[in-house]
Amino acid sequence: MSGVQTGPGVFAGARPGRARPARDARRRGGEAAARRRDGAWPWLFVLPLFTGIAVFYLVPIAQTLFYSFTEWGVFGGWTFAGLDNYARLLSGRELLPALGNTLLYTGIVLLGIPIAVWLASLLNTPGLRFASLYRVLFFLPYIAMPTAVAMVWRMIFNGDYGIVNWLLSLVGIDGPYWISTPGIAMGAVAVVGLWSSIGFALIVLRAGLKNIPEELYEAAEIDGASPWRRFRAITVPLLTPSIFFVLVITIISSFQLFDLLYAILGSRNPILPKSMSLVFLFYQAGFVDGEKGFAAAVAMFILVLIGLVTLVQFRLQRRWVHE
Amino acid sequence: MHSPQHPIHPTRSARRETIHRSAVTRSARRETIHRSAVTRSARRETIHRSAVTRSARRETIHRSAVTRSALRRTALAAVGALGVAVLVAGCSGGPGPAEPSAYEKAPADLEASITYAFWDASQQEAVQANIDAFNEEYPNIEVNLDVTPWETYWTKIQTQASSNTLPDLFWLNGPNFQLYASNGKVEPIDGIVEAGDIDPANYPEALVDLYQLDDVQYGVPKDFDTIGLWYNRELLEEAGVEEPSADWTWEDLQEAAQTVSDELGDQGVYGVAAGMDGQTTYYDTIFQAGGEVISEDGTTSGYDSPEAQAGIQLWADLIASGASPSMQQLTDTPADQWFTSGKVAMYSGGSWFRGAVGASDIEDAVGAAPLPRGEEQATVIHGVANAVAANSKEKQAAQALQVFLASEEAQRQQGDAGSIIPAFTGTQDAFVGSLPGADLQVFLDAVDYARPLPVSKNSAAWNALEAELLPEAFSGERPVAEVTAELAEQMTALLAKE
Repeated sequence: MSGVQTGPGVFAGARPGRARPARDARRRGGEAAARRRDGAWPWLFVLPLFTGIAVFYLVPIAQTLFYSFTEWGVFGGWTFAGLDNYARLLSGRELLPALGNTLLYTGIVLLGIPIAVWLASLLNTPGLRFASLYRVLFFLPYIAMPTAVAMVWRMIFNGDYGIVNWLLSLVGIDGPYWISTPGIAMGAVAVVGLWSSIGFALIVLRAGLKNIPEELYEAAEIDGASPWRRFRAITVPLLTPSIFFVLVITIISSFQLFDLLYAILGSRNPILPKSMSLVFLFYQAGFVDGEKGFAAAVAMFILVLIGLVTLVQFRLQRRWVHE
Repeated sequence: MHSPQHPIHPTRSARRETIHRSAVTRSARRETIHRSAVTRSARRETIHRSAVTRSARRETIHRSAVTRSALRRTALAAVGALGVAVLVAGCSGGPGPAEPSAYEKAPADLEASITYAFWDASQQEAVQANIDAFNEEYPNIEVNLDVTPWETYWTKIQTQASSNTLPDLFWLNGPNFQLYASNGKVEPIDGIVEAGDIDPANYPEALVDLYQLDDVQYGVPKDFDTIGLWYNRELLEEAGVEEPSADWTWEDLQEAAQTVSDELGDQGVYGVAAGMDGQTTYYDTIFQAGGEVISEDGTTSGYDSPEAQAGIQLWADLIASGASPSMQQLTDTPADQWFTSGKVAMYSGGSWFRGAVGASDIEDAVGAAPLPRGEEQATVIHGVANAVAANSKEKQAAQALQVFLASEEAQRQQGDAGSIIPAFTGTQDAFVGSLPGADLQVFLDAVDYARPLPVSKNSAAWNALEAELLPEAFSGERPVAEVTAELAEQMTALLAKE
């Protein structure tokens, strides 16, 4: 408890004219008890939240950690497996391709951030017509159901009838089978991920843009700064807090790639084993192969990986994010 | 950005998938989506009807998925759901098979409330008709229907089994049966058979065997499906190829398919296509070559035998010669859609495909023939069974319903209502008559030479292996012998762990 006293006592003391002495005394007598009550009340209010965090986050994390050291039967019943699951994980046979694919996906999706910065500044142009329409259009892919988005893109990527290959054929290029060729498929999925994540980044960045004082631009303009110079010297630096936020969120969600991949490639795609993401590996192990212990180890790996990457980002934040 | 917070609706997405997929094939033939919508609505009488055909097609997806790794299509919501893994894993179940327990026919005035769980909403009407008839016999047994879409059904059932809260009666399929039976989750029906309330002789033998483990019978099938060769009369005629007949061999198929691809290739038409899954494709040809997928005692894989290799090689050859679309083409557009969009002349598919045929533009041109034979004639047979949960609190009532659903009356109701073939011998006329242009009788006759779908205690694990390795053989990426040897080795190792 800090030394600053708050509450009715202070309020009453500040307005002595309105305070009634008798009541004041009674209050002073109950002050200790009131403070105890004050101490309990806030905790009571945050209790539901803390309970939720404990029940839905902390306990499962602890349990998953425990399970990652065990081997499980399909209907329960476990045996202690020691570090077997982690040994298998670190042997890398399954992990490395999944990690590589996830990083590839993340890398491509991150290209969306500069695009979003550019689009956001375009949308912020004063007097732009239909600005809100554009905002809606860019945001729609983000709120559309991943499965629905995936189904549309499946058609777009179709090797025989897809519009992508049709367009390519117009310029004489024989397009590949986008979603059934190893290597290419993850890129195709990432393009969809990029496309559908721009809307979110755009909204956040645009909010950031709104906070940049107009006077800075006016001053720069008077000083003769070109639009590019204004963008580089004012917009980008002052937008870095928003960019940082988008970066962190994008990386976390890219590391959790599953639904889009699963829905676009389809559950029966022969190249699926070569195109797994980390979460897909978890799903495959836990829900298809019935190896819940190993799945738990994969989950722990993802947790630690995301934790580390986010930590590094926060450490590096000081170097480039505008305070 | 796709965070797991997104609400995901597997039912809706499955329906959308159906819609979108069929749109793919439609747009292949039609100029615009708009036009296709116009003609479609013109063709169909009501929105309701189109919903019915769509759900029939959805059933196709469900059923054909049976052979695939069963859990693969479970909840998308699994993303990051550590909590779910915890729930599934966190509850222990009693291992070991259930003791065959005594059965006593339920008295007609038995009062109970039971739950009946299944996955196919398109059969709900038929099931409800069954329940109504059942309630005439047992007016005091309340039956609550619990329909869970295929995508999440097994996740749910597995979780319920782990926590001993299985529905009193539920649909069980071949690939999952042994897992549940060997863990004591399913009540045997031996007592019922002894009492004479269910007679396994009334159902196809291969299917009865499917629900038997260690000489204990756990259920009888409610319906079944076999595989046949669906063909498009118009395309064959255009290519100058005779319609497939019952005495066709693999050579006849190869020759005919090649001719179609050669003649109509410039229209993007191929001779033959298959789902490239076990049930509709390579299990059948492995059996036809005299091989086996899994040894009789269920301990070793049969993939390293020359017969099994021949069964795989057939499909690799068809693809290599251009008689069939490539693996990539079949991945982008599944085989059944190649066929229903008139781009493939022959399709190796299940009896459940009738529903999709009925919903397509080529309905009038479709015929059906038995699968061409290799060394011998063979097809895979599979059917769903009603299983009573071993720990059901209302076991007597659940068994009463199980007995009723296995009856001739109930199965005839099922057959009259929808696109399934009821398992009870002699109740299948409705199915045969449902597509007059095609000889659907071949799917019933196939029972004579049918083999049960190969399964073991943990089928899902090696089904995933098949799905991972075999495409490399089909596509010609690696020699068949090399892939099958590797598959056999890994699969036998998995079987040893069961």
